[in-house]
Amino acid sequence: MTDVQQELAPAPPLKLAIRGVGKSFAQGKAVVHALDQIDLDVAEGEFVCLVGPSGCGKSTLLSIIAGLETPDRGEVLADGQPVRGPGRDRVVMFQEHALFPWKDVLGNVEFGLRFKPNLDAKARREVARFYLRMVGLEAFAHAWVHELSGGMRQRVALARCLAPNPRVLLMDEPFAALDAMTRERLYGDLQQIWSARRKTIVLVTHNMREALTLGDRIVLMTPRPGRIHAEHVSGLPRPRDINAPHLAERAAELTAELRRALGPDEEATR
Amino acid sequence: MRRWAVRTGFLLALGLLWQGLASAGVWSPVLLPPPASVLRWLGAAAADGTLAAATLVTLRRLTVGFAIGVGLGLPIGLLCARSRAFDDTVGLLARGAQSLPSVCWAPLAVLWFTRADLAMLFVVVMGTVGSIAIAAADGVRAVPPIYVRVARTMGAGGAATWLRVVLPASLPFVVSGMKQGWAFAWRSLMAAEIIVPGMHAFGLGHLLHYGRELHAMDQVLGVMIVIVVVGVAIDRVLFASAERALHRRWGTGRSP
Repeated sequence: MTDVQQELAPAPPLKLAIRGVGKSFAQGKAVVHALDQIDLDVAEGEFVCLVGPSGCGKSTLLSIIAGLETPDRGEVLADGQPVRGPGRDRVVMFQEHALFPWKDVLGNVEFGLRFKPNLDAKARREVARFYLRMVGLEAFAHAWVHELSGGMRQRVALARCLAPNPRVLLMDEPFAALDAMTRERLYGDLQQIWSARRKTIVLVTHNMREALTLGDRIVLMTPRPGRIHAEHVSGLPRPRDINAPHLAERAAELTAELRRALGPDEEATR
Repeated sequence: MRRWAVRTGFLLALGLLWQGLASAGVWSPVLLPPPASVLRWLGAAAADGTLAAATLVTLRRLTVGFAIGVGLGLPIGLLCARSRAFDDTVGLLARGAQSLPSVCWAPLAVLWFTRADLAMLFVVVMGTVGSIAIAAADGVRAVPPIYVRVARTMGAGGAATWLRVVLPASLPFVVSGMKQGWAFAWRSLMAAEIIVPGMHAFGLGHLLHYGRELHAMDQVLGVMIVIVVVGVAIDRVLFASAERALHRRWGTGRSP
């Protein structure tokens, strides 16, 4: 097998164990408990969605799993090994596409491959093209970022995250800024890529229907302090359609449950 | 094409107006030499090589001084963005140097370096360093933090993040800082050449200075025209293509 073929084979998914994680921030003189005593297990190849209102610490938890932030208490284990910092086995896709304007589309997808010493320039190019094809943008390899639509930019960002062949994909509200039509098309793409590549995915969202469309398991979180309120196994057959009536019904039930947990003062999720 | 026609027509009309005023004889030819005599001087100076030699001398001083200025200014700017302590000390000096017209250094520079050439080089460097350092520091500070997070999550270390993300992301600032630094260098060199006497190598500023000494205003105007042409040409060659490339990538620079 050549380096490229080896590189393109899906990396085995990773198992995550979050043990007693807590994190506080100083905000002026007040202390904000972003996360308090979080315990969560994510199995190999599982698609877990974290859902909650703003301030429930879901994005902070994602950053801690990514190793971009360190917890005050507790630890995150990736396949049993404590996470000590960022690593390309756990790549984050952000809400903003954050594509680099000085590189064309292909250059952006290649970016993460630079840090893999076994790939030369030609191999990087080949790998990047493979993932561009996967998100259906091969024809735009040499376009500049500002020439793409919002949905295309987010596809390129997805390809850039997939290219280093991570074992966990961490997604921080990656579809929140897109229009509904584009978003629904991307749900289809993501489900297809996930079933083809079997990655462990943790997705943060405040959109309950999005979580039910994508996730195997839905984790409901409540704020002040950020805690896990409940977990629900989706059990819906795939592929799922966000506009299916039974899905909307489940979403309404879970939203109602979350709203009860939040109490009258808290703003409900969308 | 149309815009070129407008520009050429405008310049021709300006020349005709000038000729008209000069031939009206209201002012003495010393105050307002007619365009023909300026052109005559330009032709003679071009033919005997004075102009080319002076332009070369000036350009050499400018490029050497600018290169040193960039070489010092870029690292100073990057260090300012990285370290608060550095910014509060060397960065403070850089900001001070930028607000001082660098030709003010000329009297001291002549005493310190005794050689006129080195003194003028010093003036050019002092005119360049500040604006480049400040632009580089601002450029680094303006890099969206999310770019750095992207690089780190992909496994980039500190050095790779700087080299592959922070530096390219700050390029628009750095290029406009270099352009400003170049403009400062050009102005300060002209001022320095006019007030620091040239012993061996005459630059364009010296030609202008001797035109004044000889009351040859055709020469003064001729040199002024050459300075404008050289300045515009360098701007086109050096910066226009870099700016176009940045605009194409960032999707900026088009009128809304």
